[in-house]
Amino acid sequence: MIVANKSKIKKMAENLSESGAGRSLWKDARMRFMQNKAATISLFILISIVLFSFIGPYFAVWSYEQIDWNAMGSAARVGMPSIESGHFFGTDDLGRDLYSRVIQGTQISLMVGVLGASVAVVVGTLYGATSGYLGGKIDQIMMRIVDILMSIPYMFVLILLLVVFGRSIGMLFIGIGLLSWLDMSRIVRGQTLNLKNKEFIEAARVTGVTDFKIITRHIVPNLLGIVAVYATLLVPGIILAESFISFLGLGVQEPSTSWGALIKEGAGTISYDTEWQLLFPLAFFVVSLFCFYFIGDGLRDALDPKER
Amino acid sequence: MSNHAILEVKNLKVNFDVSSEGDMPWTKAKKLQAVNDISFSLNAGETLGIVGESGCGKSTLARAIVKMVPAESGEVVWLGNDLLGLSNAETRPYRKQIQMIFQDPLASLNPRMNIGEIIAEPLRTHYPKTPESDIQARVSDVMSKVGLLDNLMNRYPHEFSGGQCQRIGIARALILKPKLIICDEPVSALDVSIQAQVVNLLMDLQEEMDLALIFIAHDLSVVKHISTKIMVLYLGNMVELANSEDIYKSPSHPYTQALISAVPIPDPSVEKNKNLIMIEGDLPSPINPPSGCVFRTRCQKAQDICSQDKPEFKEVSSNHEVACHFND
Ligand code: SF4
Repeated sequence: MIVANKSKIKKMAENLSESGAGRSLWKDARMRFMQNKAATISLFILISIVLFSFIGPYFAVWSYEQIDWNAMGSAARVGMPSIESGHFFGTDDLGRDLYSRVIQGTQISLMVGVLGASVAVVVGTLYGATSGYLGGKIDQIMMRIVDILMSIPYMFVLILLLVVFGRSIGMLFIGIGLLSWLDMSRIVRGQTLNLKNKEFIEAARVTGVTDFKIITRHIVPNLLGIVAVYATLLVPGIILAESFISFLGLGVQEPSTSWGALIKEGAGTISYDTEWQLLFPLAFFVVSLFCFYFIGDGLRDALDPKER
Repeated sequence: MSNHAILEVKNLKVNFDVSSEGDMPWTKAKKLQAVNDISFSLNAGETLGIVGESGCGKSTLARAIVKMVPAESGEVVWLGNDLLGLSNAETRPYRKQIQMIFQDPLASLNPRMNIGEIIAEPLRTHYPKTPESDIQARVSDVMSKVGLLDNLMNRYPHEFSGGQCQRIGIARALILKPKLIICDEPVSALDVSIQAQVVNLLMDLQEEMDLALIFIAHDLSVVKHISTKIMVLYLGNMVELANSEDIYKSPSHPYTQALISAVPIPDPSVEKNKNLIMIEGDLPSPINPPSGCVFRTRCQKAQDICSQDKPEFKEVSSNHEVACHFND
């Protein structure tokens, strides 16, 4: 009696729970990401920083290249952060408004990071997936090229490029983009090799699905997770590289600026009692980097196939 | 059941190149004979069981038949056409008729696609113009055939158990109404109780749809119920091929005898007195297989002649073929 009822109840329960849409891996991942407090908060802060860099200029009293002759040369006395003067973050040594300059630096740094990472993602994914899927000799040659490029010291090449071809944002992109896809291509290739031997790829091939469809329908969607994680971790790396270059005085050109350049100026004048010149850009820099790393971490945990 | 062979495999050989660590690019790779000179034929509605230890080439044989691995020589004649001679584009129409089921049920389903998409994929590939409503109808039809509720269509593979995943794999294989399904160890990864369910399901479907099956397993007990014919492989070579009953009643090859003695008998008194033939030692490396008979390194009956001459594969009684010098 009880047994019979049990099976009936089970059937009912099945029918109840099994109707409707299933949880796709993406939905699952999103839920797990939301449960990660550090990652969710980081995402929120990062979005606020991005929004600030777009909306902020409407509240600015001074433009980023305009010089406040009052504050020039006497930043320590006149150029401190204040609402009345319109210099919300104070001024730099030349009397330029730090609020506007930080916004400008944020835009440039984030743009360099995101664009550089996108170049790396597109080039690296295509290169790695091709190499892994084709396999054999072609794979060997393509990966040896990556090995050779990787053995060249990254910073050295970047600095050399900027010195030889002159300082420009364009050159910085080329230099960073040229080298940052290498890791990406290796990771993607490894993952593709792994996927290629999965039985569901074999099942598709046995059925007669074309190579192109196999790559677009079966391989790329399964790569997206790892690519997304790596890209979020790549952005701060590139921002750091750019800041380092700017800190050396080789990055963006005046009057444009970036976090690295601002930090450099701020650090140079720290002995003149103008600590805000260092602290504001530094705060943005550090907070953003932390946010990126936390988000990357959260994404990795959320997409980790082992936790499935 | 017709008596006409739908699939004939003749002298199929598959070699792999293996390069060992530290080889120079110009060093000639060693040849590994994964599948050596295998021939058999299969009629519509029949089941061929293929048995052997892991690494004996049974999966490679299956993959060579569907051209997933290139064959060195031989023929795979499917309904009168040699598939191995066809280009990839020319093979495509035949892919509808031969489907495959895999060992790891979860790994054989794309984790980013839902069940409906997975089952419909072969249909969409071969009949891209089928209207969506027909696809839905066909999908829910095969789902009910394999015992799945069709409201699971929007679910994803990770939400299912191993047995259910295997049913999904079977549904995908059935949707094009194939004539042959190659089952590559379809139950090895499942619990014993679920193994029986899946095997029974396959047998029911076979009867209903007049399917031919090639059923690969690593022990004889699994293939026993389902197979009409059984082939025993050792190190890429056929050692015995016979009707299912004959193999059980009168196994002729020492290797088959050992395998059968390892099948548990559900009667404790018989089981206790049964003399278990142990196979000692490891499987020899397929890169340099033993001279003469491939089984001689582990055979209890081995004589001098076994290391010199390779035993021919010959009939001992009607439809019962064995490769051993001393087959009695
Ligand atoms: S040929 Fe010799 S070694 Fe091979 S199975 Fe027969 S008895 Fe054993």
